[in-house]
Amino acid sequence: MYDKNITSMHLDVLKEIGNIGAAHAATSLSTLLNKKIDMKVPKVEMVSFDDMMDLAGGPESVVAGIFLRIAGDVSGSMFFVLPVEQANRFIRRLIQDENFDFQTEGFSEIGASAMQELGNILSGSYLSALSDFTNLKIYPTVPSLCIDMVGAIISFGLVEVSHYSDYVIVIDTAINEEEVINEESVKGHFFLLPDPDSFKVIFQALGVS
Amino acid sequence: MINQGQVVKVGIADMNIVKAPNTIRTSGLGSCVGVVLYDEKSKIAGLIHVMLPDSNLGRIENMNIAKFADTSIPVMIDQLKLEGIQPYKLRAKIAGGAQMFQFSSNKDSMRIGPRNVEAVKAYLKKYSIPIIAEDIGGNSGRTIEFDPITSLLNIRTVKQGVRDI
Repeated sequence: MYDKNITSMHLDVLKEIGNIGAAHAATSLSTLLNKKIDMKVPKVEMVSFDDMMDLAGGPESVVAGIFLRIAGDVSGSMFFVLPVEQANRFIRRLIQDENFDFQTEGFSEIGASAMQELGNILSGSYLSALSDFTNLKIYPTVPSLCIDMVGAIISFGLVEVSHYSDYVIVIDTAINEEEVINEESVKGHFFLLPDPDSFKVIFQALGVS
Repeated sequence: MINQGQVVKVGIADMNIVKAPNTIRTSGLGSCVGVVLYDEKSKIAGLIHVMLPDSNLGRIENMNIAKFADTSIPVMIDQLKLEGIQPYKLRAKIAGGAQMFQFSSNKDSMRIGPRNVEAVKAYLKKYSIPIIAEDIGGNSGRTIEFDPITSLLNIRTVKQGVRDI
């Protein structure tokens, strides 16, 4: 099921999932920050692990990563990855502290907590939209936050898939703030990585076999 | 002396061999473990980016052997043998195996970093390769680069700076 038999129709279904989920999450983000947020057309790709790192900006780029596992009818990993500069801007705005910086030693607890809450709200809106759309039960774990190299963060979410395959199907939606110059590398991403067994469940729920 | 070597990059679940003056590097090690096997005299080194401890965890055939500690280490030893290095001359340096996220759950897959380290150490022991230096565990991502000329492993982290082991 995983490597074979995936048609363009299946990819379209997954794209729609990325679209619905991320649209809700981006709306929540926009409301929270009182700021316009751009969302790109979702990409669904089957990529090697190395390409997955490149999607997120290269293995060494420093990001604020929120990771959570999903359980219930479908299982998988979800990441919300922000370049650290962008995360700083969001959190400064949220806690109204212009000096906040994730890259300084011992950054304030409240900033970390705000980031975690941001991840909580965004992943919550992504997944509840997905759950409504598919009629599947989806339970997220409490998100955890990590500021580090994207390779180190994302490889953790690939562990489950790597038991089955050297490739991963990733549902990737990029977001950006409107005023910021549209640099290809400076983007936030929602990555949804369903576990291999879960694709069948998702396709069945949406009437695609 | 100016090092005019090139940097050979090793991806995730990948492996390669270099000769001095080239150096070898892998980026963004989280729970994965970077295993360097080297011979000081011939200045040849192999680097493996191990992702999982045991190929029995794999559920399909024709898997990438570089992904697992148990399959990659013997293959690397054989490849170094083809370069003329007898296994008893090999030394190892390892880095990685971090726990990037803290979870309340004790599910085995959540502590993949420590399990990778345990497996790498067990297989190095099995093939009698001494570990000269290690930088393992913690909760930081690492980028590592090995220079066969000095036999030093350079480790860069976001939170704790740079050091050589």
